Amino acid sequence: MNILPKWAELVLIPLISVCIAFVISGIIIVLIGENPISALKLMIDGALGSSYGWGYTLYYATNFLFTGLAVSIAFHAKLFNIGGEGQATVGGLGVAIVCLSFPWPHWSVALIAASFGAMAFGAIWGLIPAYLQAKRGSHIVITTIMFNFIAAALLNYLLVNVFRPDGSMDPATAKFPDQTNLPTLHEILSLIGIPFSKAAPANVCFLIAILSCFLVWVLLWRTRLGYEIRAFGHSDSAAEYAGISSSKIIIVTMMISGALAGLMAINNVMGEAERLVMNSAEGAGFIGIAVALMGRSHPFGVLLASILFGFLYQGGAELALWTSIPRELIVVIQALVILFTGALDNLVRIPLEKTFIYFRKGNA
Amino acid sequence: MQKPIIELRSISKAFGSVQANKNISLKVKSGTIHGIVGENGAGKSTLMSILYGFYKADRGDIIINGQAAVISDSQDAIGLGIGMVFQHFKLIENFSVLENIVLGAETGALIEPSLQNARKILTTLAREYELHVDPDSLISDLNVGMLQRIEILKALYRQAEILILDEPTGVLTPSEAEHLFRILRNLKNEGKTIILITHKLKEIMNVTDTVSVMRQGEMTETLSTKNTNPEQLAELMVGRKVLLRVNKNKAKPRKSVLKCSNLNYSDAQGINRLKNISFDLREGEILGIAGVAGNGQSELLEVLSGIKSTNGEIELKGETIPLFGKMSNPYNRRNSGVSHVPEDRQKLGLIMEYSAWENMAFGYHRNPEYKNKKFFMHNSHLKSQTSDRMKKFDIRPSDLNILAKSFSGGNQQKLVLAREIEQNPDVLIVGQPTRGVDIGAIEFIHKRLIELRDSGKAILLISVELDEILSLSDRIMVLFDGQIMGERLAANTDEKELGLLMAGIT
Amino acid sequence: MEFLTIIQILDSTIRLATPLIFAALAGLFSERAGIFDIGLEGKMLISAFLAAAVAASSGSVWVGLFAGIVGSVVFSGIHGVASITFKGNQIISGVAINFLAAGLTVLIAQSWFSQGGRTPSLSGSARFNPVNLPFTEALQNIPYLGIIYNELISGHTVLVYVALILVPLSWWVLFKTTVGLRLRAVGENPAALDTAGISVARTRYLAILICGILCGLSGVYLSTGLSAGFVKDMSAGRGYIALAALIFAKWRPWYVLAACLLFGLLEAISNRYQNIDIFSFTLPVQFMQSLPYILTVVILAGFIGKAVPPKAGGQPYIKER
Repeated sequence: MNILPKWAELVLIPLISVCIAFVISGIIIVLIGENPISALKLMIDGALGSSYGWGYTLYYATNFLFTGLAVSIAFHAKLFNIGGEGQATVGGLGVAIVCLSFPWPHWSVALIAASFGAMAFGAIWGLIPAYLQAKRGSHIVITTIMFNFIAAALLNYLLVNVFRPDGSMDPATAKFPDQTNLPTLHEILSLIGIPFSKAAPANVCFLIAILSCFLVWVLLWRTRLGYEIRAFGHSDSAAEYAGISSSKIIIVTMMISGALAGLMAINNVMGEAERLVMNSAEGAGFIGIAVALMGRSHPFGVLLASILFGFLYQGGAELALWTSIPRELIVVIQALVILFTGALDNLVRIPLEKTFIYFRKGNA
Repeated sequence: MQKPIIELRSISKAFGSVQANKNISLKVKSGTIHGIVGENGAGKSTLMSILYGFYKADRGDIIINGQAAVISDSQDAIGLGIGMVFQHFKLIENFSVLENIVLGAETGALIEPSLQNARKILTTLAREYELHVDPDSLISDLNVGMLQRIEILKALYRQAEILILDEPTGVLTPSEAEHLFRILRNLKNEGKTIILITHKLKEIMNVTDTVSVMRQGEMTETLSTKNTNPEQLAELMVGRKVLLRVNKNKAKPRKSVLKCSNLNYSDAQGINRLKNISFDLREGEILGIAGVAGNGQSELLEVLSGIKSTNGEIELKGETIPLFGKMSNPYNRRNSGVSHVPEDRQKLGLIMEYSAWENMAFGYHRNPEYKNKKFFMHNSHLKSQTSDRMKKFDIRPSDLNILAKSFSGGNQQKLVLAREIEQNPDVLIVGQPTRGVDIGAIEFIHKRLIELRDSGKAILLISVELDEILSLSDRIMVLFDGQIMGERLAANTDEKELGLLMAGIT
Repeated sequence: MEFLTIIQILDSTIRLATPLIFAALAGLFSERAGIFDIGLEGKMLISAFLAAAVAASSGSVWVGLFAGIVGSVVFSGIHGVASITFKGNQIISGVAINFLAAGLTVLIAQSWFSQGGRTPSLSGSARFNPVNLPFTEALQNIPYLGIIYNELISGHTVLVYVALILVPLSWWVLFKTTVGLRLRAVGENPAALDTAGISVARTRYLAILICGILCGLSGVYLSTGLSAGFVKDMSAGRGYIALAALIFAKWRPWYVLAACLLFGLLEAISNRYQNIDIFSFTLPVQFMQSLPYILTVVILAGFIGKAVPPKAGGQPYIKER
């Protein structure tokens, strides 16, 4: 018997959970001696008060949308992909190799090639833990965490020993050629006469992220593969009965998931930094987990959640600049969102169910 | 007049919006065996779980031995001398028998003394009640009949005077069930009170002194067993006259459509579960496979449906089909014309979180009829098809968007059946078709199976309910320890003969 | 290789294995009782921070130890409430705890000490100092044995010895006491305990408490025994490595000791030999650093046997209807 109507399950519960997370964050801010209200105001001003702020908010949102979609699609197969960070890192490798190894004539061609490079590398980084889970029963949570560490070490090694241009002390690749520079939102919007901040890094990848959002929705609810992925996620024993191969689903889903996380690199590596640096993913892979949970693994929810976290990230950067609150506050908020939307959802659900039954009995 | 040892007054219990027990009153006399019958979902287990402290009643009183009792958890119940043997065993598989018996009733901080004490008491109990077990063996090594004995010993170790048994014979052969009843009669003679929850009317008539009938959460009536009969009890259970045997015409079997030769299957632990299974299934007949659960039925279904690989040979419509390797899988098996109604509809047959229409393609979702361009699913076709089928099979509520988990057991089973039958298979293999299904749906499902047979299809029916096997089958085989024990014509055999075969006695 | 070098590496091994032993034993109790704990990392981190911070402020490492354990127990409690009372997803809860610790430690450290997210260095009574076992003087001149005793066995901080003693103690509690029987039972089939009238929740919370205390000791040792102060993200994945050791050890106390020593050995070797030359091929430092993580994957890939976890592990207990 479904006590809660669908809208309550999909929207109300995560909304209340997120509010609780924010309230607790506010309390923590008070405890370290700052004013949460003025902190919030500063965040809103810094993230949404100007097109410069929006530019950064949407730029970060793009990152989180890719990683959030990656985690979501894995969740639909009941797989917990914590490896988004590592997959995004190797995706960056793919982008760097593509951009640096060929004289691209135009950014659009370079972007398509770099996308494939990013997705391929990300997919491989998701494939190995998937294969181990499917064939050897290795817990994918631990292996993907390990692969995050391995990816960081790999990146470190390659940047220092292989990709570093001669004479440079910086562990980073050379700057990508100008033909690979992506149009920013400023350039895109000026084509239709809308003024937008020139300095903000939001770029065409934002549109690609939204497109990915739509494609993931189509994949999950309109294709046979999506039908199988969701069925497997609900019940692997039933999936076996129906002739759905669990190995195939685990591997394919994780490859798509890794590819999506890897694809993030077109935004931060190609779109913003225009070269590959250490720690390029900067925690976006982990925020993807919070985004996926908050968005209930539904592409549209993930879109909204990623914009919210984009706001938090940019707002957090402003806070760190103007107050003594370090950027780690965002990590705390992210942790609380994960805790309340992912593990403590019954904390919200049970009183909510009781409320619904009470009102239903009253009306009956 | 003897005062009742147990009295329940106006017990009510709701789970969310479902009222499991409504205002139930019951009196049980000491030193008797009292039966509680009712369909699945009638509330029997809930009521007894309240008596055992596993659940707490919302309202009502419990009086034990004339004194008001507060039973807030099972410790209280155990303290009052109440013990319960659950339908699904509550044992720790990799502990020994002694450790399981002692768990929760240990005598101190170290376990050694508790184990020694238990060993002594077990020897006494074994002598008194014919309940012999090896105290040091591991639970995982024992068979089901033994496990039940251990559950009873657990209660007796805690000095239970009142023993509740919930559907105890589901996993026993007829002779093991008889042995159980002998134990129960011994206990009764020692002055213990026994409450037997069952849906099997024959057992009620066999062993109880009094019986209560529950229907839809309410206590319908309490009778003295010698004053009633199965037909009256069935009518009280359902609220109308019930057909206990299905009417069917004689079968007209034609040519062989499924031929199995020397199927040999060993499970992941290397244990041989199917030993040289050979049989022939013909068009237009129902072949029933009887046997106590755990003798290879599940494995036979898995092997025939393609879920697991096996050695041996299977010929379908004259053609040999692959039994191992990549080509042996449920999808190919379905394409070859074998449909499968699984034993466990919730675990295998349906995706509980999918709607009725999404479930209608489950297993067949790669078929061309559901294909829309290369990768997409033809949802609109699926939805209209589901609508038609739900009407045809009288599945209620008739909304195709309702999630499978919201349907009752009977309607869920009808969903699975609709899907498998409407694919027009040559062979339909069915496992436990009416487990957990209300009587109305049972009648419907039995009729549809007979109809399918009469239209010339072949049905392999696997069931632990002997009545169902005898009622539906044309031919019957018995599975014991992975082997076919014998073949009989349904018309020429009876429960007694089958019971012997089910126990491995030829 | 010189004998002294070997002894020094083994000495390092024991010191580096100690936080793993504490954390793995913590995970052992929790998982044997049916609660999966991915949050060992976070608990290690918060207790490391609190121990160092309070020790720095109070000047006493014992007060710091107490604070560290309290912190770990609180975080363990959060995981317990989410998993047991609210029947939430245990893996998500564990992941959240890890992030919470990572963020909170830096946040609080910055607010408290303003040193960029770390505590001041610890010295003197604010950290654990080596303990010299008796007879070191007398045995000093005996060849081989003297060195083994003085360098390898004696001279560790007190928590190292505690960790080593906890291994047989854990074995005894789990397999010889009533409490241990119930803890193991609740991880295999909680319904068996429930129908015997014993509270499943209470038993699991006990396991969570033990886990919190042991994990707290792990973190305390990290910042006051192994190092002298807290720095950001200092646990560096040890919580996950402890988890891998636990799985490798098939949830048995003595095997846990062996597995943790193995990982400790790896870290000791990689610390000592930054670049290892095998024939003409130099293993880069990054490879040595990632070796524990790679080994974890290899172990989990089952190349070293299959591990069967407690049967009811990771699933919230819901009374059947």
